[in-house]
Amino acid sequence: MAVCIAVIAKENYPLYIRSVPTENELKFHYTVHTSLDVVDEKISAMGKALVDQRELYLGLLYPTEDYKVYGYVTNSKVKFVMVVDSSNTALRDNEIRSMFRKLHNSYTDIMCNPFYNPGDRIQSRAFDTMVNSMMMQVC
Amino acid sequence: MRREESHPVNNEHNLFTSLYPTLSQQLPREPMEWRRSYGRAPKMIHLESNFVQFKEELLPKEGNKALLTFPFLHIYWTECCDTEVYKTAVKDDITKWQNVLKAHSSVDWLIVVVESDAKKKNKTNILPRTSIVDKIRNDFCNKQSDRCVVLSDPLKDSSRSQESWNAFLTKLRTLLLMSFTKNLGKFEDDMRTLREKRTEPGWSFCEYFMVQEELAFVFEMLQQFEDALVQYDELDALFSQYVVNFGAGGKFNMFCSKSWAVLCVLRVNSSKRFCCVLSRKLILSVHLQVSVPPGALDCWVFLSCLEVLQRIEGCCDRAQIDANVSHTVGLWSYATEKLKSLGYLCGLVSEKGPNSEDLNRTVDLLAGLGAERPETANASQSPYKKLKEALSSVEAFEKHYLDLSHATIEMYTNIGRIRSAKLVGKDLAEFYMRKKGPQKAEVYLQGALKTYLAEGWALLVTHTRKQLAECQKQLGQIENYLQTSSLLAGDNHLTEEERKRFCREILDFTNQQAENQGQKVLLPMHSFAQLKTLHFDPPNAVVHVGGKLSIELTLLSQMPIPVQVDQVAIHVHFSIEKNSYRKTAEWLTKHKTSNGVITFPSEIAGLPLSRNNLPALELSEMYERSPSDNSLNTAGIICKNAHMLLRRQESSSSLDVPSGLTLEDGAHVLKCSNLTLEPGDNKITFNIQAKEPGTYTLRQLCTSVGKVQFVLLHIYPIVQYDVYSQEPQLKVEPMTESLLAGIPQKVKFTVTTGHYTMKSGDTLQLSNADAMPILYHPESKAVIYSNTREKISESSLRIQSSEKITSISLPVAPAYHVIEFELEVMYLPSATESAVEKENITNKENHRKNKEKQKQDNCMATVDQKVTIDCPWSIYSTIIALTFCIPFNAKHSLLSAGKRKYVQVCVQNLSELCFQLSDYSLKNSAECTDLQLVPLNPADQQVVFSKQSIFFVWELKWTKELPLSLQCLFSVSFCPATSEEQSFTLKPFTYEFQVENFFTLYHVKTEIFPPLDAEYCKTGSLCSLEVSITRLVELSEVDRDEALTESDGYCTTKLMYEVVDNSSNWAVCGKSSGVISMPVAPRAIHKVHMEVMPLFAGYLPFPDVRLFKYLPHHSAHSMQLDADSWIENDNLSVDKNVDEQADSSSIRSRGSLHSTASGEHKGLPMPRLQPFSPGQVFNSSTGMQILVIPSKDDHVLEVNVT
Repeated sequence: MAVCIAVIAKENYPLYIRSVPTENELKFHYTVHTSLDVVDEKISAMGKALVDQRELYLGLLYPTEDYKVYGYVTNSKVKFVMVVDSSNTALRDNEIRSMFRKLHNSYTDIMCNPFYNPGDRIQSRAFDTMVNSMMMQVC
Repeated sequence: MRREESHPVNNEHNLFTSLYPTLSQQLPREPMEWRRSYGRAPKMIHLESNFVQFKEELLPKEGNKALLTFPFLHIYWTECCDTEVYKTAVKDDITKWQNVLKAHSSVDWLIVVVESDAKKKNKTNILPRTSIVDKIRNDFCNKQSDRCVVLSDPLKDSSRSQESWNAFLTKLRTLLLMSFTKNLGKFEDDMRTLREKRTEPGWSFCEYFMVQEELAFVFEMLQQFEDALVQYDELDALFSQYVVNFGAGGKFNMFCSKSWAVLCVLRVNSSKRFCCVLSRKLILSVHLQVSVPPGALDCWVFLSCLEVLQRIEGCCDRAQIDANVSHTVGLWSYATEKLKSLGYLCGLVSEKGPNSEDLNRTVDLLAGLGAERPETANASQSPYKKLKEALSSVEAFEKHYLDLSHATIEMYTNIGRIRSAKLVGKDLAEFYMRKKGPQKAEVYLQGALKTYLAEGWALLVTHTRKQLAECQKQLGQIENYLQTSSLLAGDNHLTEEERKRFCREILDFTNQQAENQGQKVLLPMHSFAQLKTLHFDPPNAVVHVGGKLSIELTLLSQMPIPVQVDQVAIHVHFSIEKNSYRKTAEWLTKHKTSNGVITFPSEIAGLPLSRNNLPALELSEMYERSPSDNSLNTAGIICKNAHMLLRRQESSSSLDVPSGLTLEDGAHVLKCSNLTLEPGDNKITFNIQAKEPGTYTLRQLCTSVGKVQFVLLHIYPIVQYDVYSQEPQLKVEPMTESLLAGIPQKVKFTVTTGHYTMKSGDTLQLSNADAMPILYHPESKAVIYSNTREKISESSLRIQSSEKITSISLPVAPAYHVIEFELEVMYLPSATESAVEKENITNKENHRKNKEKQKQDNCMATVDQKVTIDCPWSIYSTIIALTFCIPFNAKHSLLSAGKRKYVQVCVQNLSELCFQLSDYSLKNSAECTDLQLVPLNPADQQVVFSKQSIFFVWELKWTKELPLSLQCLFSVSFCPATSEEQSFTLKPFTYEFQVENFFTLYHVKTEIFPPLDAEYCKTGSLCSLEVSITRLVELSEVDRDEALTESDGYCTTKLMYEVVDNSSNWAVCGKSSGVISMPVAPRAIHKVHMEVMPLFAGYLPFPDVRLFKYLPHHSAHSMQLDADSWIENDNLSVDKNVDEQADSSSIRSRGSLHSTASGEHKGLPMPRLQPFSPGQVFNSSTGMQILVIPSKDDHVLEVNVT
């Protein structure tokens, strides 16, 4: 499904970034990093909206030639970025949304771990498994 | 909402023309609810129509899918009001119109009959107006009466006309919408049918595209953007699928795709949404795996982008474009990217220019573009021309590419998309690198690197650094290149091979530099190696002058291969802090750091700088108590360094690479040469021979590899070691809390050698004091410790005592060591004790003072004993004072029994120890032979326990005349009760005192008699008290004082008596005191009577009777008789009291003699009273009791509950 999934801290450094191993990892890093521009833009546009009405899902950030980049931001300004192959027409907004929700739940679980220091890189088998399951369906 | 409507109107064009303005204006005014099929939510839309005159050829043919020009409603207008006219012309006309409509199966029509009063007036033979309408309804509106409406006086401004307008408009809207919905539904159905056929051969995507595109467009026209987007999305999806299905089959021709894009472009309006849709579509549409020549697709995308952009520029004003930059900038960057890839493809970016193969490819591509479209062919600038030009030559390409890139970067920067701008910049840098323009590339690379570093994107940092390294290499920035190389060599995001390559780059450089003497290159250490821990030995990092200190560094080498290091140096800052206690040897040797290991925080590579630089939270507990009752108000945690944490992050400064790498020049450098740093942890040991005393701070760490030096500018946390020098010292301390006098106790001698080395023959010479002999045990040992309290050796102590000097030979010990040994000392209290006691026995006032003193501090008296010691290291003697406590306190008292006298000595043990007392004796120091002290004490030995007292009594016996005073010396031997063997003789504890005037002069006897008629005393009834004072001895030296009067060889002395009952048992009636004249002769008796009343029942102790010497004032000497009479008066008064009834006012239970005296002798000089010495008056009734029975008629019953 997804080809790259990234969790980015409030300060915009990657907490977790993982892409399908067949592709060039570096390219995805660049893509995700660049997408932060749009994320920032959307967040600042959203800032005016009431907090409780805020939509966490940011929608399609921008399309590239081969990929669509979707964004999601938690209330603590942790960003999730997902890169999806453009040719994958099975993935509609709703699917992306539910994937993000899954990602968010998993991230919340990590944050609940008393041994996890917020702001550290995510090293969790459970999270890996979840992310893998999201990327597995590609093949 | 808007709805464009093709709307044929039949004949009477003039009529319509007059109505049209109102119609077109009024129609869209009211919104209509648009109900949708397929359960889509209803929407409110505004209908707007376009009216067209009816022509048959305008009617859509079967299969025509043009929705935009579709006639939704046909209206026939007539203002016919004449039946004749209707019959002849209008009816036929309508019939013909209807037939045409039927032929085209159009069922949406409406007939409007316009009525006007003006016309009615003109025509006289007016038929009732209903008739025409009725006729039309009859003829045409078969069961569809609503298909015919009346519009009355539409051009007049009357309420009637307004009403009819409203009705008409409502009807028109309803019908229009009905038709629209129906037709749209049909259109959508057709479209779906068409879509279902997509797998059939011959199906044209273009054709389908046109259909759905039109639908989308209609929605857009209706301002239903969501619906429009849905259509586009569907189209996207279908298109993608279509392309995928057809795979690389060449069925899709490029022209079609292009025309489609152009089609889109044509419809560009300023709608932001649409721009968005468009750019998306454009980009999406290109992911085709079409078998076109490589680059063709790029060409096409490039052209499309530029065309779209040109269009947008063409139809929007500047402000709008600026507002929408965020939507169009994507297209710009896309175009740039495509141009770049074209350039690479056609060999326009290489240094040498395109080769023949590249040229062929270019020619193919340009040919593939076909001819320029005619509409732009004549324009001086067009995307087509631009592309052609760009591909024509290297220079032109460069120009166009740079233009585009710069424009894109600028746009990105303007809208704040810095990251995107940096990415484009990086592409540009790549381009420059290819064009051998590293100096231009460097700026972009540095910019990008800064951003990635700031945000902690490790992989991007690595990649950019790699490019930068190449760039710097080309630029010949040796230092920067080496630094970047070292960073890369230690970067674990790179492969082992790459890391080794960069590492070798550095090593190669160092080797090559070593040959030709070049400038040293300083690089920051952190990329090369990290300082992990530092270990001091000795662990407290304190060493004496000349001592040895070792520092062990753990250095984590980041390099992938072992590196031969010429030298590792620590630059040390030296400072002398004198006059600071913290720098003294005692403090330094006592305080300890945590096992001597300092751990340095490891730098977490990859985290953004801002995060790394944050200091750790410093939290502490906080309690706030209320000021009034000290109860806890608030408890919390406060962050002590909040100001550090909440400080605004300075975005610019934190990113700066430390530029000024300078090595401190200092004399103190610790070095370690010729090492090999293996990848991973390396331990490096520095051995230091301490020289100058002071504090050494490790400041910088420098690793030299050839001419390259890796420098750690600041070693943090601060690491210090201290070197001290120390004067030799002698300390003498008691082993116990306090030293007790009289018993042997251990005293510890501590010799701190400091810089002095103990040689054999060095002795401590103690000057002997008589009061404090030093006891020597041959088995006593001296122990030598190092300054860090490690036991080194033990040796026996040799002590030689001469009469005046005790010399202790010290064992041989090196400098900065400690020699400890113990000696027993004993303080003999006697000598000074007498001195202390001398004070005690001065005069009586002092005596009282002393008593107070003793009460105040019931602690032991102390004596300081000074010892003078000569030490080998100094020509001056050391004087040491030892404080000894005297464990005993003695008190004496004189006891009498009639004439017999006893001396009691109380010895109180103040110490914590038990003592055994023996050989107690009391001696009369004045040599009176006729005086005997007979001891009445039980055994030879007695044990006095801690904090307890023991009493000794002696009877005083004499044969001749008694001396006025008696000087006594009490002495008792003591030894600790626990120690059994007494190898030494202890000096006894002595106590010297004096007793004076101890003969009994008077004997006082008190008697209480019950009333005459009663057997016992009763409460509340008066009893008589008789005090008889008997003189026991003749006139003696003791009596020689003022009170004595002699007349006729007959001596009398004046005494004052006082009856006091301090326990409130008795009420003394009448005078309780008086002055009597006592004849100075043995057996002379004076009796005093008075009345007392017992206040309680039971055995009551007798009231006290006190006797004083009454010394009249000098001036009052002549008034002797008066005094006598006064005494008689006193007697009388007492007698009177017996006779008369007891006056309540005169009953005094506790009379104060002084107040009585002052009250009765006002203004007279006061006589003086002098107490007798203890023992001079013997009261035989002391302690006697008398039984008092309660009176039966007690009014008050007193109940005591205890």
